[in-house]
Amino acid sequence: MKRIDLKPGDRLFGIINAFILMIIACVTIYPFLNILALSFNDATDASRGGIYLLPRKLTMDNYLVVFVNKQLLDAFMVSIARTATGALLSVLFTAMLAYSLSRRELIGRKYFNALFIFTMFVNAGLIPLFMLYKTLHIYNTFFVYILPGLIWAYYMIIIRTYMQQLPKSLEESAFIDGANDLQVFFKIILPVSKPVLATILLFLAVDHWNEWHDTLFFTASPKLETLQYVLMKILQQSEAYNMASRYTGLAKRAIRVTPQSVRMAITIIATVPILCVYPFLQKYFVKGIMLGAIKG
Amino acid sequence: MKEARLNQKLHPAGVPTNNTFLKRANAQKYLLLMSVPFVLWAVVFFYVPIWGWLMAFQDFNPAKGILGSPWVGLKHFIRFFGDGDFIMIMRNTLAISFLNCILTNTLPVILALMLNEVRNIFFKRGIQTISYLPHFVSYVIVANIFLTILSPSEGVVNGILLQLGLIDEPFFFFAQPELFWFLVGFINIWKEAGWLAIIYIAAISSIDPQLYEAGTADGAGRFRKIWHITLPSIKPTIVVLLILSIGQMLNSGSLSVSFDPSYLLGNSMTIDYAEVIDTYIYRFGIKMNLYSFATAVGLFRIVIGFVLIVAADKAAKKFFGEEGII
Repeated sequence: MKRIDLKPGDRLFGIINAFILMIIACVTIYPFLNILALSFNDATDASRGGIYLLPRKLTMDNYLVVFVNKQLLDAFMVSIARTATGALLSVLFTAMLAYSLSRRELIGRKYFNALFIFTMFVNAGLIPLFMLYKTLHIYNTFFVYILPGLIWAYYMIIIRTYMQQLPKSLEESAFIDGANDLQVFFKIILPVSKPVLATILLFLAVDHWNEWHDTLFFTASPKLETLQYVLMKILQQSEAYNMASRYTGLAKRAIRVTPQSVRMAITIIATVPILCVYPFLQKYFVKGIMLGAIKG
Repeated sequence: MKEARLNQKLHPAGVPTNNTFLKRANAQKYLLLMSVPFVLWAVVFFYVPIWGWLMAFQDFNPAKGILGSPWVGLKHFIRFFGDGDFIMIMRNTLAISFLNCILTNTLPVILALMLNEVRNIFFKRGIQTISYLPHFVSYVIVANIFLTILSPSEGVVNGILLQLGLIDEPFFFFAQPELFWFLVGFINIWKEAGWLAIIYIAAISSIDPQLYEAGTADGAGRFRKIWHITLPSIKPTIVVLLILSIGQMLNSGSLSVSFDPSYLLGNSMTIDYAEVIDTYIYRFGIKMNLYSFATAVGLFRIVIGFVLIVAADKAAKKFFGEEGII
């Protein structure tokens, strides 16, 4: 947007504006940096306070303790498993549904559409869902991470909108060649929809990675604990972690960690994947949100 | 022009066959394969559990199921209203939601306006990128971060306050009940402002530049332009999001607002100010297995949430003259 700065007041405004925005950015990012510093700082030294941006007594112990702790490693694997499985299956099925709903001739299209849109507003409540999952025998199983969140209407709409804007000629030439709908879907629509599918895959992956409520409400076994859930438990200090013992044996020296210091390390570990995909989220999501905002 | 391959299957003799339902269905069998299973899935996972609301009117016994459990009418609702905690929970829920509603419908707008005024595109993108980072991180991480930052021992806030001599002893932020709502309000907006601003930025970017040019021609400065052009143009967006916010004050679609702060940041010292409807339902329903009671409370919440959103919609039409969302 081009505007001519006529008044010196405008320039002052610009400077103050930029200054305040920088403060906002600092307030947003600084807490992360502080946790990062604390995670690399010796536990006893950290509890004395005064760590702001850099570690004072550098140590890798907090991280090393995490990596030899079986419970944490298992939780990490569970998180990875549910993120990968959940996100991939979700994208595939959501895309299938979106494609079928993008075709005008689908029988019952209007009703199916309405049904899915309503799911965005319908929330039966915690206890009814609890009962449902128990009845379906997915309570306290890995499936409770995958099945309930299989299709999100919001994402389906975004994908469907995208597919509706694809040129019909793509499909038509395939149909003329005798392909059926499934073949057209897998061989033409899916490859062509890569941008939107990548976006939704990312969003779903982030959602799964961050999710811990389903662990809390719908599982009971420690084998199903995810990384976020374990982090949450440590936060509440309802788990007494005898963290140091195993690593002490390996390192042959006294290791001092506290729940607080290990918490810092786990927090960073849980945040790093988000940071890794952040540039991609950046790149793709504006389109996705724009599509959703305009159409929705 | 209709899809030729679908509805008209020409007989070799050139006479169209009957378009019976079965024939149409057979022609699109793969499309149906790609949709009907998921429709069934949606019915099972979204609509079937609604039958669970019946539990609110029963003394539900899992062994007997819904069909076998005795009916008790409004017993659980009455018990909930009569509970000494009822007022406290409603007060807490509404206070936290109300504060959240105000903050999330004003500050992101201001942030969007400020970002819009930035001329350097790299600076603007940079600030924006940083601003929505907290949105993508789970509330568990956010809670960890702030419990640490505000901690009496290693927290930087206490460190600075002590150094500046403003306090003599470390301050236990999260042990002060009266402070809880405001801490939650701040943390929520810290987490979501950047993300919410995006919607407003999108709305602002669709404003016709000619309006601004006309404004310049009329001698309008930056503030004038914001007040007379930008804000009125995004008023519909603001109103819609405001209505949705109000509707979610009790019936939060997102647990991030209604459950997480209270569950993760609250403790035994602040519980009188921290306990909200969702944590209450969790405690009584899942932890204490009082299924019927918890279902009744949940149902109450949904009904009130619905009433709120309808009321907000009507109020918006009346006071702002805007089209609501219903």
